[in-house]
This record gives sequence, C-alpha cells and structure tokens, in this order.
Amino acid sequence: MYVAVKGGERAIDNAHQWLAEERRGDPAVPELTIPQIREQMALAVNRVMAEGSLYDPDLAALAIKQARGDLIEAVFLIRAYRTTLPRLAGSRPVDTGAMAVDRRISATFKDLPGGQVLGPTFDYTHRLLDFALMAEGEAPVARELPPEAPAARVPHVTSFLNRDGLIETATPSDATPPDLTREPMELPADRALRLQALTRGDEGFVLSLAYSTQRGYGRTHAFVGELRIGTVAVEVEIPELGFAVEIGEIELTECETVNQFKGSRTEPPQFTRGYGLVMGQSERKAIAMSLVDRSLRWQELGEDFTGAPAQDEEFVLMHCDNIQATGFLEHIKLPHYVDFQAELELVRRLRAEAAAMREAAE
Amino acid sequence: MTEHIEAGAYTFAYLDEQTKRMIRRAILKGIAVPGYQVPFASREMPMPYGWGTGGVQVTAACLVPEDRLKVIDQGADDTTNAVSIRRFFQRTAGVATTEATTEATVIQTRHRIPETPLKAGQILVYQVPIPEPLRFLEPRETETRKMHELEEYGLMHVKLYEDIARHGQIATSYAYPVKVEGRYVMDPSPIPRFDNPKLSGNPAIQLFGAGREQRIYALPPWTEVVSLDFDDHPFQTSKAPHDCDLCGAQDSYLDEVITDDQGGRMFVCSDTDFCEGRRAKGHAGRLGGDQKSSKTFANSFEGIWPGTEGAR
Repeated sequence: MYVAVKGGERAIDNAHQWLAEERRGDPAVPELTIPQIREQMALAVNRVMAEGSLYDPDLAALAIKQARGDLIEAVFLIRAYRTTLPRLAGSRPVDTGAMAVDRRISATFKDLPGGQVLGPTFDYTHRLLDFALMAEGEAPVARELPPEAPAARVPHVTSFLNRDGLIETATPSDATPPDLTREPMELPADRALRLQALTRGDEGFVLSLAYSTQRGYGRTHAFVGELRIGTVAVEVEIPELGFAVEIGEIELTECETVNQFKGSRTEPPQFTRGYGLVMGQSERKAIAMSLVDRSLRWQELGEDFTGAPAQDEEFVLMHCDNIQATGFLEHIKLPHYVDFQAELELVRRLRAEAAAMREAAE
Repeated sequence: MTEHIEAGAYTFAYLDEQTKRMIRRAILKGIAVPGYQVPFASREMPMPYGWGTGGVQVTAACLVPEDRLKVIDQGADDTTNAVSIRRFFQRTAGVATTEATTEATVIQTRHRIPETPLKAGQILVYQVPIPEPLRFLEPRETETRKMHELEEYGLMHVKLYEDIARHGQIATSYAYPVKVEGRYVMDPSPIPRFDNPKLSGNPAIQLFGAGREQRIYALPPWTEVVSLDFDDHPFQTSKAPHDCDLCGAQDSYLDEVITDDQGGRMFVCSDTDFCEGRRAKGHAGRLGGDQKSSKTFANSFEGIWPGTEGAR
C-alpha cells in the first residue's frame, strides 16, 4: 500500500481518464445531449439550479452530464463555477403576485380568486411504471383547451386572511437582505438569512426536518395556504436610466403555509406564516422549507423551545448545505496516517502501562 | 474534465482580486490578534470542503508570481491530495513549485510541520478542518465564541484533567490545544503533538485556513505558543519509539508501513523531503542501505504492480 499512496501523480491522471470513460458508458449507445437533459430531466436540472444557487438550465444540465447523474456532485460543479462570476447588480424583489402560474393550489379554500390550477403534477398519477416510455414512442401531446383570459394578478391566499387580521402581518422591508455567499454566516441569523440557507440547502435534509415537525418534534400545525409554480420577471434598476429594466424570466416555486398559533401574553390568537421559495419547479422542497421556516420562528413568536432539531437554528443552518456536508464527510477517505499513527502510539502506550500495572498488582 | 482549466480563463491563483483582498484583510486581522479566529466569507472552491479549501484560499491570497510553492499532506509531497493542490496552483497561478522545505517561500500543509526548521520570510499555511478547539466540548458556535471572549477555558482544563484521572496522562495525540501569547486557546490543526513545540517562537509566518467553517487565524513570527498542561503533568511530545528505517533519523516523526500479513512493519519519516535529504547525505537506516531515495524505493514496488510503467 506504500506504493499506492506514493504513486500520486500518475494515479490521479489514470483515475481521471478511467472516470471519463465510465462517464460516457457504452459508446454504442448514443451520447446524451445537453438539450436532452435540460428538457427531459427538468426536475433534476431544477434541483441543481436551486441548490447550486445559479439559475442557468444549460449549465445545470452540463453539470448533471459531467457528474454522471450524481446531483450533489452536479451542484458542487455549479457552486464552484458560481464562485468565479462577478456580481454585476442586485435585482428588485420579484413579484410572485404577478407570476404567470402553471400551477396554483390552495389546501385551505375550495375556490378563490385566481382559481385552483392543478398544472403539470405527479399528484394523482398512479405510480405504475409506464412501459410505453421504454418503447421510445412519439411525444405525448396534452389536450389543448381554448385559452382563458389569464389573470393579470393572482393574489396570495394569505392576503385574504391578512385583511381580516386572522394572520400575522408580514411587515414589508426595503432592507438589503444578507448574503451568506458574500459574508460569513453569523448567528443568530435573521429570517432572510435563514431562508437563503434553506432555499439552497439539501432537499433531503430539509425534507426530513420538515417531516420531523409533522411527527411531533417541534409541531407547527401547517396548512398549505397556497403553492404556486410559474415564471416571474426579474428586473434590475439601472442607476444611469433611473428606472428598472426586465432582464429575463425565471421559474419559481412558492409555498406559504398557514399555521396554528394559540396566542401569547402579548399577541391574540391568530394564524402565523411559514414561507418557502425555491428556484425552478421544486414543490417538495418549497413545502418543506416553509415548515422549517415556521419552526425556526419559535423565539420571535414567543413559543417554547422544545429541543426539536427543526427549532434549532444553529443545528439547521450549519448542517443544511450538502456541499459542505459531503466534502467534510468524504474527506475522511483522505490519508490520515499521521493522526492515526499518533493515536496508535498512544493506545499502545496506554495498553503497555495498563499491562504493567496489572502485573505489578499480581 | 475539470482538469482542463485554460490559461487566462481565471485570474491569477483562481480567486478574483476582490475576494483575495477580503481574505488578506482577514489574514492581517488574524496576525494582529494571534490565535483569534477571524470569520471570513469563504468561497466555494473547485475542490471539496474538508479537502483543504481554507488552506487553498489562504495560499491563493498570499501567492505572488515570484513565489516557490511546496504542498505536503501527512508530511509527504506526493500524496494524492498534495499533488492535486500543487497542480491547481501550477495551473491557475503558474508559480514555481518545489519539494525542498528550504527552497519554498510558501508551504501549504495538512497535518504536519516540516522537520527542517523554517526561516524568516517563509509562510506556512495549515489546512484546518475544525478551527474551534472547544467544539467537541461545546457544539454551539454561539457559545464557544462567548467563551473565547470571556477567556473562559475552564471546560478545556476539566477535559484534560479527566484524561489524567482516567488514563494517567493527557490522552490527546493530535490537534493538541495550545494557548497563544497567554490569551487565546487555539487548535493547531490535526498535527501530531510531536509537532507542537515547532509552533512556538517560529521565525516563519503561520496561517491557518478553515474553508467550510469560514475561519482564518494566524501566528506571527516569534509568537509564544504553549501546549496546555498541568504543573504536575507537563506536556510531552510523542512518536513511535523507532528510528527511520530508510534514513536512520532518530528525531523525526514516523509513518508505520505494514509490509506483510505476518506482523511485519517498517517505520519511515513522514516528512519525505527530510528523509530524502538525509539519505542523499549518506545516512541510512535498517532497510535504507541501498541509498535509494524513499521515492525510488517506493517506485521499486511498481514492477509488481500491473499496468504501471515503472519509475518516471
């Protein structure tokens, strides 16, 4: 094994060549193209964009191809690339009320202004393998209905509750939100920073935390007030012009939960909010995020800390990033023989001393 | 794949100048307050967190085109991760590299301090996994920062005392905590405690970078660094009780190499440059009589390794 660790340079080259070959797979099978991945693996592309914090479907598709479908590795590629990009400007807040919705559902009201729009969802599909897809047939075409006049604005469900004072008021703020990719994260964090950490956090981790709150570890009694997916315009203020210019559109998933709140000494009973916003179509993540957001707000709302992991800001924020987690986890496969040798020497010495003491006692 | 970084596609040493300035400010603050952990906005690097991203960012911020860089991991220049990091800077900064401790102006290290004493003008950059020496006593950063502020290190002394009560000695063999200039308790990174005395009064600048944990700290030249201990249980270094089997050194830190499945083993210097330097001067250990360098010795095994073409 002495050889294996000392042959470093050539071993790395050979390993990477082999990896490139494995990535391509059987050359008799046609190579995947980036547009194919972008169009047909769209939800994987969305996840890589969301956790990579970079909205670029083509680059996300490239990362997925290069990473052989390992999505965390793909997120890593995107994050490393993102580091090299200059920050040209900050956009104006996107207006999700003006979203062109593909999907918009509320679990709290049967019907509401803007309507219930089921959209392209896996919900209510029966999870039966569709062997027709294996046969590589013609592309399925959805039935088209005569277009309804699209609603100019789809108001948020929480705004109806807000009008009656039934839900806490979310006070608007023009303060520039913090950015954990530019400043070291300092705790305690404010809500904006928590939301940033959660929206780029690992989907599996955020999902499990949210699930734990449903099972009683920091219960928040969430209803999905509203879940919407669609595109919004991104606008940037140009100081030289004195007005904002639309620079493009992005797809977002937004979830607002309505949560029970019994009231406290200072607040009458009213509903409270949990919020999730994720790039791309990613509703599992958006719902999970809104539950964890609500759970982390216990202090602000005067609730008790029950010791639940999802209430523990430091625990959640320090461990939700899968690029940090996977790097540190996997680093233990790097050589540690110096440390291990130090431990070995210590254990041998302690054992020798214990044996000597036992002998002396006998 | 990611190996093909084109020249000119990135700025010198990969990071943009704004980022390097931000890191240099953190380094200067660290040097001004020795042993204090300075938060910095660590960037995502093209290698994984936990694999030296903190050290790489500190090195990137320190390098100038005239520098000569040495990178070691476990004391060796040719371990895979050291090779990878050295190549990264060859490619992105185009600086000269060396394996000789005496020739290097910047040395990035993981888990060792070179055996050859460092000189004024050299910079030693440590890769740090967990910068907080109190972390395994108190998991919360919000608490440990307060403990440093108040110089409240009782918990650490209790831990060391419990070691003595249980084992008769302080059972910390690496990442052994130190106190810097009588103020901050500091994690020296996971170097074996054998290396701890080299931290103190060192003429080189010592910089510590923790990328994932977003911390930089520093020891300016000639800083007093004391390994924590008790009057009746003074700090002791330790190493395997052997001489190097290749160069015969009695005072260097050793790697243990298993040579067969019958309990056979050999001990060799973990610092490969030190070992080769001694052998070049004619020193020989138990198995080093043929005067090959340790690397040649290693490569001599490759004949029996399928698919390799022998020593380069």
